[in-house]
Parts: sequence; structure tokens; C-alpha cells
Amino acid sequence: MHELSIAMSILDGVEEEMQRHAGRCVEAVHVRIGPLSGVVKESLASAYELAREATPFAASYLVFEDAPVTVLCAYCQAERLVQSLDRFCCAECATPATNIVHGRELEITALELRE
Amino acid sequence: MTPRIVEVRKNILKHNDEVARALRTRFAESHVFVTSLVSSPGAGKTAFLEKTLTLLREAHYRTAAVVGDLATDNDAARLARSQALVRQITTGTLCHLEAAMVEKAVADWTLADLDFLFIENVGNLVCPSAYDLGENLRAVLLSVTEGEDKPLKYPTIFHSADVAIITKMDLAAAAEFDCAAARANIQAVCPEIPIIELSSKTGAGMNVWLDLLVSRIGPR
Repeated sequence: MHELSIAMSILDGVEEEMQRHAGRCVEAVHVRIGPLSGVVKESLASAYELAREATPFAASYLVFEDAPVTVLCAYCQAERLVQSLDRFCCAECATPATNIVHGRELEITALELRE
Repeated sequence: MTPRIVEVRKNILKHNDEVARALRTRFAESHVFVTSLVSSPGAGKTAFLEKTLTLLREAHYRTAAVVGDLATDNDAARLARSQALVRQITTGTLCHLEAAMVEKAVADWTLADLDFLFIENVGNLVCPSAYDLGENLRAVLLSVTEGEDKPLKYPTIFHSADVAIITKMDLAAAAEFDCAAARANIQAVCPEIPIIELSSKTGAGMNVWLDLLVSRIGPR
């Protein structure tokens, strides 16, 4: 449900960034949406289609980059993947994971521009 | 002409995070401890908050609450019975609170006159998780009538929380609630989160929660 708010925040971010690229058009917006961010990619993609309409970026679309959940495993002493979101432990040694390194991202990572 | 890729690295919720950071600084300067409550609708946030405010008041702490709801100010009216300072944020169609709403709600309050401020989020287990409200502690509530597997279905909100509270324990037997299973599920998604079982109605377990709160601000 809050994906529309997120989509509008993305468009605000794009607008801010595009002030530095006057005269160009945005083809695509690359985003990294971590599984722990609480955002559903499919909903965000359709919310973006709605939110972009009244903006100068109406022809742009989202490209999702991979954002795996990783933790600092206390046993392995290394950054590891987790088994799953509902089995939140090290994928290698099954030690319960508490120290999240990646997975909460909600970022614009890049813009694809054309003249 | 092929598109040119420009690296950006911009936090999508940058604006919210900046407002939240400013709020957190203001809260720290005013020595007020701020707790937010998240849960699904009907998990008992308002009853829990009313009991918390009443007990803190009896212990001579100064409290206030900001309550988010889609519509109506029923919750604020209920909470006002505790005699705490209460302000309603009606979010309309918005399914979560954002830091700027909290900032506006507390703008004219003298925060230094408070020991505890509570922020009751809109009843929703998904949307509030990404929004920092400047709070010091986030409590996620799970009621015994919701079933033991809620944490497995909504792991993200549990990850965003600092403490998990199982409410309506007075109904546990009637709801055939398996508390051990619920605890195991919470720990499966969030291994080290503290878990408190309580009943806002009977008051059982509320002392554990109050001890946790009071331990965070030191003796008065």
C-alpha cells in the first residue's frame, strides 16, 4: 500500500538528480529494494507507472537490481547469506543471525539517460 | 544514441530519514524517551498504550502520545482518559506515519516537560516498517487471536522492531494460542529480539514492559 509513497519519493530523487543533467531524458531508473525494506517490487513497479504520469519522467521505467539479505555471521566471522526470511540464520552454518549487513536498502542506484 | 548510465546512489527515503534524524536529536536534547508501536489493526495497541500511560502516570512519569489513524479520533479520546497529553494524526488514506507528521504533531509541545512520548502507528504490519520516526524504541505487537504464524508472514516489521509484545494473553486459552510456537516463530525471523507476554486488560506482565521502559531513562 505504501508503494505509491515510495514511487513518489523515487520521482523526487530523480528530479533532484536531473537538475545536473539538463536537456537529457530519463530512460530508466535503477533501484535496489532489499527484501527487508518492506516494499513489494511488483507493487512498486505498478505504483511507479501511476506516479510518473504527471511528471517529466512519464516515459521512464524502473529496473530492479538484486539485493540479497546478508548478515555478519557470529560463528563464521564472515558476511553470509541467510537461509530465508523466516529462517533467519546463516546459510552456511545455521547460526541464528542478528547482525544484518544488507537487505534493508531502498536506493536509487543509477539513471539511464538519453539525449 | 545509446543511453548513458549515471551512477546515483540515493536513499529513496532520504527526506524522511533526515526529518527523523532531526527529531531524534530534538528528543535527545529534551531528554524524552520515544517509543513507537506497530501492529496489525485490532492487536490491542490502543488498550496497551492506555494501560501503559496510566501506569506511568501512577508512577509519576510525565507522558504524551501521538496517535495515527486512517480516520476518526476515537483512539485519542480513549487515550485522553489516562490524562496524558494526546494528539491525533489522521492520515486519511495513508497507511503509515512518516517522520514529518510526527514533527508537525509535536511542534508546539515542550518536550522537555515529558519523560516518555509514545507514537501509535496506523494498524498495519507492512507499510510502517521502512519509515524511521525518530523513535528510540520500536515495539511490535502480536495478539493471541492473530495466530502464531504472523511473524513468519510479516518478518520485515519484526526486523524493524526492538521488542516484540504478545498482547491479550488473558484470551490465550480461549484462542488456543500456542505461546511456545509463537515465540519460536518470532525467534526464527528475528533471533535476539526480546519478547514480552502481557495482558493490557488484567495488567499481567505489564510490569516487565514498564521495567524495560524505565530502565531506558534511568531513575527519577
